Amino acid sequence: MFNIWTQLLKRDLLIAFRRRSEIIHPLIFFIMVVSLFPLAIGDDKVLLQKIAPAIIWVTALLATMLSLDNLFRSDFEDGSLEQMTLLQAPLSFLVTAKITAHWIITGLPLILITPVLAMLLYLPTDIVSTLVLTLLVGTPTLSLIGAVAIALTVALRQGGVILSLLVLPLYIPVLIFATLALQNVEQGFSAEAQLAMMFAILLLAITLSPFAIAAALKVSLN
Amino acid sequence: MKIVTNITRLYHQFASPPYFYRISGLWLPYIMGLCGLLFAYGLYSGLFLAPTDYEQGEAYRIIFVHVPAAWMSMFIYMVMAATGVIALVWRLKLAEIVMISCAPIGASFTFLALATGSIWGKPMWNTWWVWDARLTSELLLLFLYFGVMALYNAIEDRRTAARAVAILALVGVVNIPIIHYSVEWWNTLHQGPTVTKFDKPSIHLSMLIPLLVMAVAFKLFFIANLFMRVRTELLKREQNSKWVRALLELK
Repeated sequence: MFNIWTQLLKRDLLIAFRRRSEIIHPLIFFIMVVSLFPLAIGDDKVLLQKIAPAIIWVTALLATMLSLDNLFRSDFEDGSLEQMTLLQAPLSFLVTAKITAHWIITGLPLILITPVLAMLLYLPTDIVSTLVLTLLVGTPTLSLIGAVAIALTVALRQGGVILSLLVLPLYIPVLIFATLALQNVEQGFSAEAQLAMMFAILLLAITLSPFAIAAALKVSLN
Repeated sequence: MKIVTNITRLYHQFASPPYFYRISGLWLPYIMGLCGLLFAYGLYSGLFLAPTDYEQGEAYRIIFVHVPAAWMSMFIYMVMAATGVIALVWRLKLAEIVMISCAPIGASFTFLALATGSIWGKPMWNTWWVWDARLTSELLLLFLYFGVMALYNAIEDRRTAARAVAILALVGVVNIPIIHYSVEWWNTLHQGPTVTKFDKPSIHLSMLIPLLVMAVAFKLFFIANLFMRVRTELLKREQNSKWVRALLELK
């Protein structure tokens, strides 16, 4: 069973590395949207510093949401998703491999580029480490919750707008705790409580969402 | 054991579309009548009999609509999720229809709660809108309802759509407490609950009674509205079945 899991992970990663646009496009989107804010606001160092965590987090939210479409789309279209339901390993277990791959492909690059973008927004370095930490705990949750929504809409032709309607309200707790953590650090307090809360949400998402994803995929495949 | 089997039989009977259609048709006038009476009494005693609040003046009277609407907005989501579970587990057509009929009613109540709250907020807080915890979670609840309705309308096959919506409603139910508390810790300005403190409600009895009457009236209004929606949907879906044809020929 674990063998199938690792094979699936390897396969998804390999496909992604052969089609690098999947990795690069969400990343470019992320960089571009973040750099739109200084252009719109003006080169106001104090203001940018103040809203930088919010900008980065909201943009990361949107970038993750846009990248979700790749998660099941091609497998759904060429029928390999149907084959996956026939494997002896449960679908709820297998989807975690796909989500892990998806997070490595889209979540991790976002986190790696964040320190550079934080510099563009004049964010002090001591906050950057917390920012990266919140993204590290937060983005897997975003992938897991988003996977439920994409599993529900994968069979639809115009799933995009509906996906955002489904997914954004569910993303709000993660956004709130992440930005609260950063505000705390900015004011010289510890962000431990918020980070612990985000980690709790992640654990909850890991334990519950695979079942919802599997059930949703089965409805979509119907 | 006999009671259990009786209950299960009753349950299955109630879940069959023709039976539900007949029974709900019988109940509907009574529910609506009672609802009207309670509305009349609740509104009269709330707007005229209840004393004026010494801090908030006459403007507080909007709570007789606002608070029941807010209660209903959450209650209906719970009903939707519960019927969603029934729809997923037992694949009952009636449960699917009840679930999906809940969504627009719930969204309307949520909107009503937001609108009346905003009208109340103007004289009390001197602003139409604040990013207060309860207002925000109510707004997010409205978004959740919108998501449910959008998903249902996007999927062509009604039964597949209902199952997808049931999953979404369940995910939403798990998320509602998380959303609620995250928002609560984020920002709060709203006055604390004044009714649910069971030991000693900080609301005076002369205001509490009309409020509770209004709450029951809202609940009955919801049931009546739900029955009507479900009946229409049943007729639409089962238009080719024998019982609908018999019904139409009879009329």
